[in-house]
Amino acid sequence: MSEAASEQPLLQVRGVQTYYGKICALRGVDVDVPRGKIVTLIGANGAGKSTLMMTICGSPKPREGRVIYNGEDITGLPTHEIMSRDIAQSPEGRRIFPRMTVLENLQMGAMASKQDTFDGDLRRIFDLFPRLKERQAQRGGTLSGGEQQMLAIGRALMSRPKLLLLDEPSLGLAPLIVKQIFNVIQELNRTDGLTVFLVEQNAFHALRLAHHAYVMVNGAITMQGTGKELLAREEVRAAYLEGGRH
Amino acid sequence: MEYFLQQLINGLTLGSIYGLIAIGYTMVYGIIGMINFAHGDIFMVGSFIAMMMIVALGLTASAGLAFLLLALVLVLIVAMVFASVWGWTVERLAYRPLRGSFRLAPLITAIGMSIVLQNFVQVTQGARVKPLPPIVTGGFTLVTGVNGHNAVQISTMQIVIIVTTFLLMTGFSLLISKTRLGRSQRACEQDSKMAALLGVNVDRTISLTFVMGAALAAVAGLMFLLYYGVIDFYIGFLAGVKAFTAAVLGGIGSLPGAMLGGLLIGLIETFWSGYFSVEYKDVAAFSILVIVLIFMPSGLLGRPEVEKV
Repeated sequence: MSEAASEQPLLQVRGVQTYYGKICALRGVDVDVPRGKIVTLIGANGAGKSTLMMTICGSPKPREGRVIYNGEDITGLPTHEIMSRDIAQSPEGRRIFPRMTVLENLQMGAMASKQDTFDGDLRRIFDLFPRLKERQAQRGGTLSGGEQQMLAIGRALMSRPKLLLLDEPSLGLAPLIVKQIFNVIQELNRTDGLTVFLVEQNAFHALRLAHHAYVMVNGAITMQGTGKELLAREEVRAAYLEGGRH
Repeated sequence: MEYFLQQLINGLTLGSIYGLIAIGYTMVYGIIGMINFAHGDIFMVGSFIAMMMIVALGLTASAGLAFLLLALVLVLIVAMVFASVWGWTVERLAYRPLRGSFRLAPLITAIGMSIVLQNFVQVTQGARVKPLPPIVTGGFTLVTGVNGHNAVQISTMQIVIIVTTFLLMTGFSLLISKTRLGRSQRACEQDSKMAALLGVNVDRTISLTFVMGAALAAVAGLMFLLYYGVIDFYIGFLAGVKAFTAAVLGGIGSLPGAMLGGLLIGLIETFWSGYFSVEYKDVAAFSILVIVLIFMPSGLLGRPEVEKV
């Protein structure tokens, strides 16, 4: 890789417009996710955050604009090919395979990994989330919400991604578990240099974690800055923080 | 008692054939939620390919055992391969372009494909029934009756059918539960969008499901041909609907359900013919379908339908 290539962000979203039928969900979004950083996207329910996540993964495909990963234009590729390029997503709603065991869910996560590093990767996930080890023979659908979220993140990590897309990992979880999950994310970023693109409604935690952050309103980016900057801004506090620090 | 045993053996044989076909229905339903009504006709095509191979090889009952065994395995493999190609093609042409369309659309093309296959075979092979002299002969007498009455016999062919089915179903269950491919299939069945997010090629997995179903139907086709010795272009319809009934009885979408349902439908049909009337055996089998759909829509081993939100 050339010097210039390593300088450019790992993920670049340029002028992306996504439609559901005639409804415009993303109206020209630009986002940069630099290597080794945690980038957060906050916004209200229905702002288009998850749509952006899924558009990056090629499902749905953007009508306009480009998605560039590691210097390569991945815009038109089918989802499974995008996901075999060291990108992993822990999607909205976790989407655990309910009738597969925890272990099988993790095996599914290793689907896209090229080398046979399964045993070591599995041990690492069990170190990060000891609960999963206890429950490895249990069906995914029987786990609690927090355990399912751990499994969703663990499953995403099994492919040894360089870029982790995390969609609302705190949704519906107890504060203690949210804290635990955010700690793991931070640890992965610090020790392994994992690049994280985090989408959250839980703005307070997410912004504290973020090196850089974006605010999305109605399918467009309206503000950006470092996590600290956004935390300090009055309009962010009013819209996303007051009324409860989760 | 002897009569009962004899009917049991006959029923298990028939049920094995239904079970093998039913797997194709249930797997396709599980993964894309549609009934592949052309599946019965893939079974028919499989049995025609087997017939052609047998005629081409000049197989008769007088062939040596080793040669016979080898030749039948060859016939089986060729029939499986060709039927798989047909199964793959049907999916590629008639179902994949309609994915994401309204639910009724692939059902209509499925019926269309069924008619296409039947008519194709009718035109190219002729409408008359095709007889095949018995190739696998012999058998064992389990209970010697008095003056030839009340004897219980099992023919070599019945043993072959039951054993082959048992082996295939065991192997197939292992494939689904233990291998990477089987896991991908289950993942696609449970949440295909998530499977794609994990790098699974969903279209390819669906194609492989059709290929596997078609290959098993071809096995059933060969065994049907050897067991009954007569086939025509229309056998796929009745066998297909019976196997579909079996899949519904077992719980559509459930693999062990399809196997169990196949055996049960075979047994019900045989016992009905044995104890009540042969004329009404199809009525009995389809009454089961109606009763199951009314009182137990999720079948014996199926999951209750839960609306996804």
